[in-house]
Amino acid sequence: MSDIKKCDGYVLHKSRRRMLKGLAAGIGLIALPGRDASALVWEEFFQKHFRELSKDELKGVIARLEKDYSKQYGKQVTVKTTPPIEGVRYGYGLDLSRCIGCRRCVYACVKENNQSRTPQIQWIRVLQLNKEKGIDLSEAEHYYNPATVPEKGHFYMPVQCQQCEKPPCTKVCPVQATWKENDGIVVVDYNWCIGCRYCMAACPYGARHFNWAKPSVPSNEINPNTHYLGNRPRPKGVVEKCTFCIQRTREQPGRYPACEEICPVGARKFGNLLDPESEIRYLIENKRVFIFKEELNTQPKFYYFYAT
Amino acid sequence: MKIMRIARPRLILLCMMSVLILPVGLVSAAKVKEFDRSGQLIVTEKSAADLQVQPAYDIKNRPKEKIFAVPRPPFSEGAFPCSQCHKYMKPNGTRRTLTEYHTEIVLHHAEGQRWCTDCHNLLNRDKLRLVSGELVDFEESYRLCGQCHGDKFRDWKVGVHGKRTGYWNGDKQYLLCVHCHNPHDPKFKALKPLPPPDRPGKAGH
Repeated sequence: MSDIKKCDGYVLHKSRRRMLKGLAAGIGLIALPGRDASALVWEEFFQKHFRELSKDELKGVIARLEKDYSKQYGKQVTVKTTPPIEGVRYGYGLDLSRCIGCRRCVYACVKENNQSRTPQIQWIRVLQLNKEKGIDLSEAEHYYNPATVPEKGHFYMPVQCQQCEKPPCTKVCPVQATWKENDGIVVVDYNWCIGCRYCMAACPYGARHFNWAKPSVPSNEINPNTHYLGNRPRPKGVVEKCTFCIQRTREQPGRYPACEEICPVGARKFGNLLDPESEIRYLIENKRVFIFKEELNTQPKFYYFYAT
Repeated sequence: MKIMRIARPRLILLCMMSVLILPVGLVSAAKVKEFDRSGQLIVTEKSAADLQVQPAYDIKNRPKEKIFAVPRPPFSEGAFPCSQCHKYMKPNGTRRTLTEYHTEIVLHHAEGQRWCTDCHNLLNRDKLRLVSGELVDFEESYRLCGQCHGDKFRDWKVGVHGKRTGYWNGDKQYLLCVHCHNPHDPKFKALKPLPPPDRPGKAGH
C-alpha cells in the first residue's frame, strides 16, 4: 500500500514539476525580447548587488556596461570601479564670503557627471539668501536670474550632497542600493535601485534627484570617463546624487572635483580630512565654519566657511 | 682600611648630588601655567631651552619666500617686457596724470596713497619693487601683494584663498593674485549668472 502511494506521489510530483518547468520556460520566452537584446536584459535583470559581485562577475558586468554605453553614445565609454583609497576621508569646503552665485559649478557638474539635460537634473542648487536674514531657508530663492551677480544685499549658498557621516538616506533604502563608502562618499548602485524615492524623502538637503524619464545626454557631450558608482549613464527610474566626482577624486593622483575646478572665485575647497596638511583641515582649524542643518545630527562633511 | 671603606660611598654620594643639583641651580627651569579647554589649570614644568625667548623678527635676514609655480601673468597684448619702450624714455618718478601711454589704466586701488612706481620699479621696468627695495619678477608678484594683504597671502599659500586646481593629492596649480584681480582695480567684477534651473511643470516635463 505504502509503496504504491509513494509511487503515486512521485508520479504526481514529477508531472507537476514538468508542468511548472514548461510554464516557466513558456512565460520566459514570451516576456523576453528577441534577438541580441535578450542576453543583455537577462544578465542585467539577474545582476547581483554591487558589493556582492565576485571579481569575475564584476568584470563581466563592467564589460557589458561599457559595450552597451559605447554603442549607445558612439564612442568608447569606460566604467571604472576604483575602490576607496586607504586613509582618505573626503571633505569639502565652501567659502560663503566669496561665492557670487554665478552657477558655473552647476553646469560644470552637469557636464562632468552626465546628468540629464531634458528633463533637467542638476546636482548643485545655488540658493540666494538675504544678508540681513542670514541662513534662513524661508528667504531662499534658487530661480534668481539678474543681469549680473552678486546682487546687492544678498549672498549665495550652493547646496549639494553633504556626504553625511550619518546619512539618513541610506538608512531608509529598503534594498540597500545606497550606502556610505569607506572614504565617506555616499553612493548609489543604479542597477540595484528600485526607484522608491524613500531616500529623497529622507534627505534634508534635497540633494537626491530622480530620473523620471530616460536621461538624455547628447552623444557629443557625454563624459566617457565614468565610475560605476558615479557618473555612468543612468537608466530611467533611479535616484542619483553628487559623489564628490568619484571618477576623478579616487585616482592617484586624483583631480579636484569639477565644481572646484570651475569656480571663478576660488570659493570651493576639497581635500582629505585625515591629512593635517590639507587645505580642508586648515580651513576647519582656522576659519569660521558651520555645517548645514547641524541640529539634525547628520554630520555633513561639507563645511561652509567664511574666509574673511 | 676601615676609614676608606666608609669614605668611599660618601664621596660617591657627594659627586652624585653635585651632578644632580648643580644644573638645576644654574639653569632655571620654570613652571608654566596654562588653561585647557574646559578651563582647568594645568601646570607644566618646562626646561630652559623651551623657555628661551624667540629672537626678534629679523627684517634683514628673513627666510626666503618659497617660490610657487604659476602660469604667465596676464600681461596686456605686447606690454611685456616693459623695457622695450621704457629703455628709450627718461625715468620720471613724479606723480602725474598719464596722457600719452597707459591711459586705459585707471588706478582704483588705494589710489590716494599710491602711484605707479610704488610697485613698479622706476629704473628697471621689467621688475616689481617691494617696500624693502628688493626687486621681484612679475611671476613673483604675490610677494608684492602679500606686503599689505598678509592674511590673504597666508591663506593663498595653503590653498584656501583663491582658486587652486590640479590634484588634491598631487601637484597643485596656483594662480597669481593678478589672474583674478586686476592689480590696478582689484575688486572682483560682477558676472552674468548661468541660467536658473527649470521650474517644475515646465513644458517638456
